[in-house]
Amino acid sequence: MSTAAQPVLSLVNVDKRFPGVHALKQVSIDIRPGEVVGLIGENGAGKSTLMKILSGVYQHDGGEILLSGRSTRFADAADANSQGIGMVFQEQSLLTNLTVGENIYLGNETQFTRLGIVNWRALYAAAARQLAKVKVDVDPRMRADDLDFAARQMVELAKALTLEENAGGHLVILLDEPTSVLERAEIDILFARVRALKERASFIFVSHRLDEVLELSDRIYVMKDGAVVADLKASEADVTQLHHLMVGRSLQAEYYREPQQRPFREEVVLEADGLSLGPAYRNVSFKLHAGEILGIAGVIGSGREELTRTLAGFAPHDGGRLLLGGREARLNSPAEAVDGGVGYIPRERRVEGLVLFLSVAANITLPDLENLSSYGLINGAAERRLAGGWVDRLKVRTPGINALCLNLSGGNQQKVVLAKWLNARARILVLDHPTRGLDVGAKEEVYDLVRQVTAEGVAVILTSDTLEETIGLSHTVLVMRDGGITHRTAANPGEKPRQVDLIGHMV
Amino acid sequence: MVLVLLCVIITIINPNFLSFSNFVRISQAAMIPLVLGLGATFIILMGSIDLSVEGGLTLSTVILSMLVLNGANSNDLGLLAVLIVLAVGAGLGLVNGVIHVHLKVPSFMTTLGVWFIGVGAANALLGGMAIRINDPFIRGLAIERFLGFPRGVWLALGCLVVALVIQNYTRLGRYIYALGGGEELAALSGISVARVRIMAFTLAGIFYAIGGILAAAQLGLGNAQIGNGRLFTTVTAVVVGGTALSGGHGSVLQTLVGVLIVVVLSNGMVLMGVPPSVQIGVQGLMIIAAVALSIDRKLMRIVK
Repeated sequence: MSTAAQPVLSLVNVDKRFPGVHALKQVSIDIRPGEVVGLIGENGAGKSTLMKILSGVYQHDGGEILLSGRSTRFADAADANSQGIGMVFQEQSLLTNLTVGENIYLGNETQFTRLGIVNWRALYAAAARQLAKVKVDVDPRMRADDLDFAARQMVELAKALTLEENAGGHLVILLDEPTSVLERAEIDILFARVRALKERASFIFVSHRLDEVLELSDRIYVMKDGAVVADLKASEADVTQLHHLMVGRSLQAEYYREPQQRPFREEVVLEADGLSLGPAYRNVSFKLHAGEILGIAGVIGSGREELTRTLAGFAPHDGGRLLLGGREARLNSPAEAVDGGVGYIPRERRVEGLVLFLSVAANITLPDLENLSSYGLINGAAERRLAGGWVDRLKVRTPGINALCLNLSGGNQQKVVLAKWLNARARILVLDHPTRGLDVGAKEEVYDLVRQVTAEGVAVILTSDTLEETIGLSHTVLVMRDGGITHRTAANPGEKPRQVDLIGHMV
Repeated sequence: MVLVLLCVIITIINPNFLSFSNFVRISQAAMIPLVLGLGATFIILMGSIDLSVEGGLTLSTVILSMLVLNGANSNDLGLLAVLIVLAVGAGLGLVNGVIHVHLKVPSFMTTLGVWFIGVGAANALLGGMAIRINDPFIRGLAIERFLGFPRGVWLALGCLVVALVIQNYTRLGRYIYALGGGEELAALSGISVARVRIMAFTLAGIFYAIGGILAAAQLGLGNAQIGNGRLFTTVTAVVVGGTALSGGHGSVLQTLVGVLIVVVLSNGMVLMGVPPSVQIGVQGLMIIAAVALSIDRKLMRIVK
């Protein structure tokens, strides 16, 4: 591989604007033949926009895209495909009700078709050849939903490789967070395949996991606020440096804000006493104090998800007692939970957290409109004042309080969700994987906010994707297994429990 | 934009379009669709559909004609009759809402059923007759004028103002947008989705009842066919106005524009001498064109 070779794909000063957002500012990127290029940046830095331009979902407004030196643009996904841009997406994009072979040649059956009849034998034979390229042992006649995630990812890779039959020239394959649903061993296999395929294609690898980006990439572009801020050789970079470039802050700076962890108060705001729900969990007892962060750890099936749902009002308990502020309560619906002072911050922000077509202001005041209105009429001035106050306080980056939430980045959307509950004076926040899909910088901001609100006496129930986060943030950690609590421990600053000890109680 | 263009074209073909008497004619033709459209806008904003427009309107008209001073019985309840009719409209809307929410019947089917229930009840009450309305107040809505326009037109404009206030300055209005934008989430924010839905359908029912009162005034009688064709005009007007059928986007002001486009177009076709048989087809074309033009295809990947 020669780094001096002409780039197979070049972006020259590519610019893209959305209403109220300058998403890409003069972005220039080169992809050389056989190269794996890492692309990192905070949420909202412009990675997704860039990927969408390359895959034909959006079109750039300024600058130029050069494919093997020739200026081009991608009208849609099919156009991008035919020009040799393949995609492997974070959300699995196979149709699970079709077979592997059908998926691989979906939309490209013409080559196997005569007089409108598909020659399935030829199609499956060709699909098997594609699968052999990525060395995956999958029968092309299997239905995609019979495969595990790792195998599906390989099938997607195989599908991307079919493009080399039609596109003249070199392939560029976009890998958008391909590892987010994979186990470590599966990631190793994926990476090995990608390396083996370098002679056939170049790759753009987008991930939030900096160590993986360092491991797989030859070169790394760092984006920040819509612009490329650095272009580094992977061999000369390290995680701290990358992180620093991405957020302009240092990773070492006490990630989970432990020094800000204050002792919680005496007052018990929520108490579970022998709480049970069908087969999901039983006999769960704990006390949640004002200002306390209670982390619940456990694997899938441990009952912690259902317990969280009970507290948010989705799945009322059927045994034991739940006390809110000392009074027995049963949360039959999210509305009752809200009335009881419980705010729920869901993992699917875009679906469950915000009304994307409403303004920032309208979203913030949504659960608390009663107090902003008399006789059903909303006090507009008060609403603007309130929303403006929250936007300032939580440093929501938005063009204004009347901007639609649709146009905000993930981290800023999460801040709006938080503002919404704080404004509704929630005394208890149920954080259901609050930092999922957020980049490091946005996570830190969320941690900061969580510390801030607990200092003011808000109590937090936390479930998180990583044990590290649960331990780092919590005052108290509950470990659940098979529907029961197996361990509880204090997690004071400086005396945090070790991950291995907790894992022992989880499995 | 479309409205202005339409007016210019029609004026070029027949300058009579710009006369004051034609304005009055247009406003008279627009008042009922406007009131009906206001009600339907709230439902469509919510992402639902209301097909019971004609049911609510017909039943309201018929009951009104039987309760005020009329040619068939000796009732003369006057304004009380109007209140009763509004209550009937609200009741029918409430039925829509309750069935839709509590039996979880899709709004399309619920309101389709209530449409026929309303028309059927009206038929049963009348037994195929038509009742002449002699009440001076009701007739006055169509006949007596204020500043050159019939009182009914002013009533319709009053309804528009009320609808605007509900849309922009009340919790119900905000919640309707929230439901249209994402129902799951509205529930998560502690909004009682069921209550908002029922209230919205009830509100729409009241608007249909007002539409019924205006229809009674315009025709001077109550019969069970009075609502025929109103549903189509209503939905066309709302959609032509640009309110998205998927919910969450649009406004009652857009519905005003939509109503005017529909009415001006049919008025223009009359002025231009287009035969009535063709006019209906043109309206059909218009509703399809409106949806085709209004959809942001970049946002819509799948249409079912």
